[in-house]
Amino acid sequence: MTSHTLSVLVENTPGVLARVSSLFMRRGFNIDSLAVGPTEIPEISRMTIVVNVDELPLEQVTKQLNKLVNVLKIVELDSGSAVERELMLIKVKTDPQTRGQVLETVNLFRAKVVDVATDAVTIEATGDAGKLTAMLNVLEPFGIREIAQSGRVAIGRGPRSITDRTLRAVPGTQAS
Amino acid sequence: MTEQLSEHMTGAQSLVRALEHAGVDTIFGIPGGAILPAYDPLFDSEQIRHILVRHEQGAGHAAQGYAQVTGKVGVCMATSGPGATNLVTAIADAFMDSVPIVAITGQVATHLIGTDGFQEADIRGITMPITKHSYLVTDAADIPRVIGEAFHIAGTGRPGPVLVDIAKDALQASTAFRWPTELALPGYRPTTRPHGKQVREAARLIAAAERPVLYVGGGVIKAEAAAELKVLAELTQIPVVTTLMARGAFPDSHELHLGMPGMHGTVAAVAALQKSDLLISLGARFDDRVTGHLASFAPLAKVIHADIDPAEISKNRTADVPIVGDCREVIADLIAMLQKQASEDGVQGDFTAWKTQMLGVKAKFPVGYEKPVEGLAPQTVIERLSAIAGPAATYVAGVGQHQMWAAHYVDYERPRQWLNSGGAGTMGYAVPAAMGAQVGLPGQVVWAIDGDGCFQMTNQELATCAIEGIPIKVAVINNSSLGMVRQWQTLLYNERYSNTDLNTGPESIGARRIPDFVKLADAYGCVGLRCDNEADLDATIEKAMAITDRPVVIDFVVERDAMVWPMVHGGASNDDIQIARDLAPEWDDEDL
Repeated sequence: MTSHTLSVLVENTPGVLARVSSLFMRRGFNIDSLAVGPTEIPEISRMTIVVNVDELPLEQVTKQLNKLVNVLKIVELDSGSAVERELMLIKVKTDPQTRGQVLETVNLFRAKVVDVATDAVTIEATGDAGKLTAMLNVLEPFGIREIAQSGRVAIGRGPRSITDRTLRAVPGTQAS
Repeated sequence: MTEQLSEHMTGAQSLVRALEHAGVDTIFGIPGGAILPAYDPLFDSEQIRHILVRHEQGAGHAAQGYAQVTGKVGVCMATSGPGATNLVTAIADAFMDSVPIVAITGQVATHLIGTDGFQEADIRGITMPITKHSYLVTDAADIPRVIGEAFHIAGTGRPGPVLVDIAKDALQASTAFRWPTELALPGYRPTTRPHGKQVREAARLIAAAERPVLYVGGGVIKAEAAAELKVLAELTQIPVVTTLMARGAFPDSHELHLGMPGMHGTVAAVAALQKSDLLISLGARFDDRVTGHLASFAPLAKVIHADIDPAEISKNRTADVPIVGDCREVIADLIAMLQKQASEDGVQGDFTAWKTQMLGVKAKFPVGYEKPVEGLAPQTVIERLSAIAGPAATYVAGVGQHQMWAAHYVDYERPRQWLNSGGAGTMGYAVPAAMGAQVGLPGQVVWAIDGDGCFQMTNQELATCAIEGIPIKVAVINNSSLGMVRQWQTLLYNERYSNTDLNTGPESIGARRIPDFVKLADAYGCVGLRCDNEADLDATIEKAMAITDRPVVIDFVVERDAMVWPMVHGGASNDDIQIARDLAPEWDDEDL
């Protein structure tokens, strides 16, 4: 099984998240991560879904997703031709002896400290999954108290937009 | 959406007006608290006949039956909470068999949604996996657009059920009615035109094949493609098999027809698929009841798979040539391409040897049964019913042994002659679906062929039929048991008949005749007849045929040990088909 990142453009209507997630459940696919947010077009939201499946089941789930009336477009982004980012907030235990080392790690990973307490710091880090895992490994010995991590978001490299063509001019369907 | 003349009215009036604009002439339903506002303007509609059913499941199946015989979108209506949840089985059934219905449910008022209000159920959430699409309307202004979209989505592409849940306050609110002339559904664009390149590739494979089979599914009936199919089969002389959902898509009397494939398929149909080198699948979905053990299904065959739903293609069996499109267009294009290929390139398949071989198998292994020493054979009842009522009648089955016998022993000559619950296997489908079919086919003969188990699940709709003047005929194939389960218990559980005895049979077999179906029919204002021997069989059926002013129920007391053959056991390979208990077909070398 391999990890796939799907960018799914959906109509920004109530219930669309439930439709997408219940479809994954019903067809027996596990979602590794899911992130939803607005796009440059107010009526359209973008879901970035990371799934761990083989090629054939992926094709099936993509086809099933496409059948949802509120789903407008599905694009699979591969890490070579897309920028992928996750955001992580990490609360790490510190004391006067270790604080310096922790701050050094923060700098090395180009992360930043967003909150400081006497015996802990909270770090904000963005990056791909590999970078975040590496950073966690380095911070582990100091004592990780809490983690909050976002789902992955991804965008294709180059000038083209995923919302080009298909969505800007929405053709009507003749009423039956 | 273009502005039209808009009129002020309530949401409920707007709903009824929208339904009228959508061409609705019949709604099956039951009122209740949340949907109550809609029933007031419905009372005044001259276009729409509302048929008051006795249980919401009956409304759902009736809408299905109506849709399946007319090709139009069927409509059912229920109130919130339990009214809506009672529709769930019918919605699931419509989803599995791609039947276009719109289910309209009342919902509690917007301010009560999410509070566990009286008769509140999240019906949209409950039905999400079993609807093609669904709506929750909380703003009266949305009603016409939503109704317009719902009918379009239900009836186009791969048909299916659409749920429209409307909050009570939206029905009560004042609004302006505007019927949409254009629908904005950017995410819904079914592909109906097949790709020329794929059709060319399919034609090339057909010409190169030696043992092709036309594997025909229910999509051919939904696409109204039976005439095109006949042309294709006769042009190419390729043998045809029709699945349970496609019975009638190709005439049973046609030489090229090998019958139904699958778990209870004919030997010829099953053998043809197993030995084929090219399956031309038209509107079928490689259901497990057809393929049996998937890995050993049609092991030698390449696959051309045409379906309007791209998600069906290569779902179970990888297609060599996928064709997304409407079956009628696909078949028409394929015919044109094959003719062009023959005339311009001189390339044409010759399947005479294969056809002769399969016709031999068909002649050698017809579907048959042995009559019992005593009692009435259920298969005989169905054979005679078919012979007397003929192909002009519509046959609606429940689920179980009687369904399989009805699939085999009724002669199907035309599409929409046969209705049943194929994918979901819903016991209790027959009586309400026959009611819906009869409403769609006034003046014509509609037979429900039901089992004694199924019949007891939904026979309350006989009251609806009697009162509303819907003169269906019901043949209860009464073997006093849940027959199909009993058959499996006979074959697989050492004849330990755990909880399959329904006691609807006569005292002579130790049963208690509870209920007495003749008395039950009488209580419901129907004519009740009984037949327990072959001598009276034709006369009883003819008597029922002569009654046209009210429903008729015939209690056919049949021998209870009859089994459905042929049979491929669950999970087994189709190669292991049995024509009777522990009896595999004896193949001669020249057969296959």
